[in-house]
Amino acid sequence: MKNMIKFILKKTIRMVSLLIALCIISFLLISYSPIDPIQAYVGADMMRVGPEQRDKIAEYWGLDQSPLEQFVQWGSRVLQGDLGTSMIYRRPVADIISEKFLNSIILMSLAWLLSGIIGFIIGSIAAMKKDTWIDRTIKWYCYTLASTPTFWIGLLFLMIFAAWLDWFPIGLGVPAGVIAEDVTIGDRIKHLILPTLTLSMIGIANIALHTRQKLIDILSSDYVLFAKARGEKGFVLFWRHGLRNVALPAITLQFAAFSELFGGAVIAETVFSYPGLGQATVEAGLRGDVPLLLGIVIFSAIFVFIGNLVADLIYRLVDPRIREGKFL
Amino acid sequence: MNFLRIMTQKKSLIPKLNLRQRTLIAMIVSAIILLSVIFAGILLGDERIATNLENRNLAPSLDHPFGTDWLGRDMFTRTMKGLTLSIAVGLIAAAASSLIAVVLGILAATAGKIIDSIISWLVDLFLSVPHLVTLILIAFALGGGMKGVIIGLALTHWPSLCRVIRAEVMQLRSTEYVQISRKLGKKRWWIVTKHMIPHLIPQFFVGLILLFPHAILHEAAITFVGMGLSPHHPAIGIILSESMRYLSTGMWWLAFFPGLCLLIVVRSFDIIGENLRMLIDPHRAHE
Repeated sequence: MKNMIKFILKKTIRMVSLLIALCIISFLLISYSPIDPIQAYVGADMMRVGPEQRDKIAEYWGLDQSPLEQFVQWGSRVLQGDLGTSMIYRRPVADIISEKFLNSIILMSLAWLLSGIIGFIIGSIAAMKKDTWIDRTIKWYCYTLASTPTFWIGLLFLMIFAAWLDWFPIGLGVPAGVIAEDVTIGDRIKHLILPTLTLSMIGIANIALHTRQKLIDILSSDYVLFAKARGEKGFVLFWRHGLRNVALPAITLQFAAFSELFGGAVIAETVFSYPGLGQATVEAGLRGDVPLLLGIVIFSAIFVFIGNLVADLIYRLVDPRIREGKFL
Repeated sequence: MNFLRIMTQKKSLIPKLNLRQRTLIAMIVSAIILLSVIFAGILLGDERIATNLENRNLAPSLDHPFGTDWLGRDMFTRTMKGLTLSIAVGLIAAAASSLIAVVLGILAATAGKIIDSIISWLVDLFLSVPHLVTLILIAFALGGGMKGVIIGLALTHWPSLCRVIRAEVMQLRSTEYVQISRKLGKKRWWIVTKHMIPHLIPQFFVGLILLFPHAILHEAAITFVGMGLSPHHPAIGIILSESMRYLSTGMWWLAFFPGLCLLIVVRSFDIIGENLRMLIDPHRAHE
């Protein structure tokens, strides 16, 4: 237990050092951007804004100061938990992120579970049936899936299920032209299905190929050979000797894939105009919303960090070999 | 030349001639596909992607295998040109990225503990934010366009290869012939160039080729969301994001064929990389 606390502490210190560096680098990058934040803020009305108004806007957002002063101000406010005000939504960044993240977390967690379960099942089947046509098909399918652009899958789903078969709506999180109170859970679910399927496609290949490899290793071990000699085979063999050994790496891998999940959500949400954090990232980038973009960079880093930490902890909690060993 | 010599040496270690032939055939077919895409992209003239309102919205036919779009541009030509551009962007970015990976990987393994921990901290830094978010950030900082995409891709894709190279150098350093060489008083530089580089070159090439698929997919993705190549370029990401507006009109060919071609190109690079690794990596030669 003492080891555990030390481990978490060490990880957290590293994370804090990374976060500080990340803040500095992101801020530097953005302050050298040729995109004029005032122009991005005003948009098409730029012609009608005089130099005085321009100065006022710059003063209001603190853009008339040097990058260093801006950074010190922004940094000290971030330390107090204030991420600033979003330029496109005109509301605190923290509010926007939490609101958008609530939308995204439903999408992400469903897709995450789905890809984990499907990937694990087909990976296990492939390993149990190694070198048969089933194995070859699954392997081929996984490799192909891994080189398929996510947004293209999303477009295909839209074409087939939304435009052609008309089963699902084309996009957005809720039906268009309906008041927020009138939106039913059914509507929301209907709008969730296609983005979830698209997003889950990303993780499947990774987890399936990994599970297959692990299970093949396990199946060639001595204790499996002994079990086979006793007459165990098929599903019973997998249930008794394979499952527990192979589930742990799979779960860990799934937690360590938070980074790809977030990246995939950016794309899936753009294709389906789903009002989540990914779409907000793209909007912030396209329309030059510096405070929101910085907030999302920090948030995504924490999100990925939590995933990796959970993966590490599961390994240490569940696997006695690592708990006892001198890892760190 | 060293690279070729190692390749031919290792080939003889593979027991089944059949498998080797299959591997080679898969690689050659993939290479032919890629080369023909590149040649098609270079040779097809610009007049086929000029606006031609008489041929608007045509479904695929013999004259226009991938159909035409709402401006009458031939989708086949646009797709080929887009893929050529993607391959070029991917090539530059992957080459730069793997160069970073090799330099940092070798430094991490040879230049002492402090440098090693700095580099591993850097690796963590670049892995701590999702690639796509980093790409958006860098594209934003450089004002978008091709330069932003290439620099973004180069800066985000090196960490995994860097780890591989570092581990490889660490292992090489502890091998007997390197130890003997050192005991014989050879200079560090001599050992690096004569004993280590020849081993690292195949790793480098395989890593480079396997970086391609990621680089190209990320390029297409970042262009698709609108932070990448500008709309004047015939990029696949642009084609697909434009096609989104025409999905509900039933013009399926606008999105279907370009995406499929991108898939085939990425898969070809993947096949070449994986098979090359099987040929030159003794650990995996038995698979």
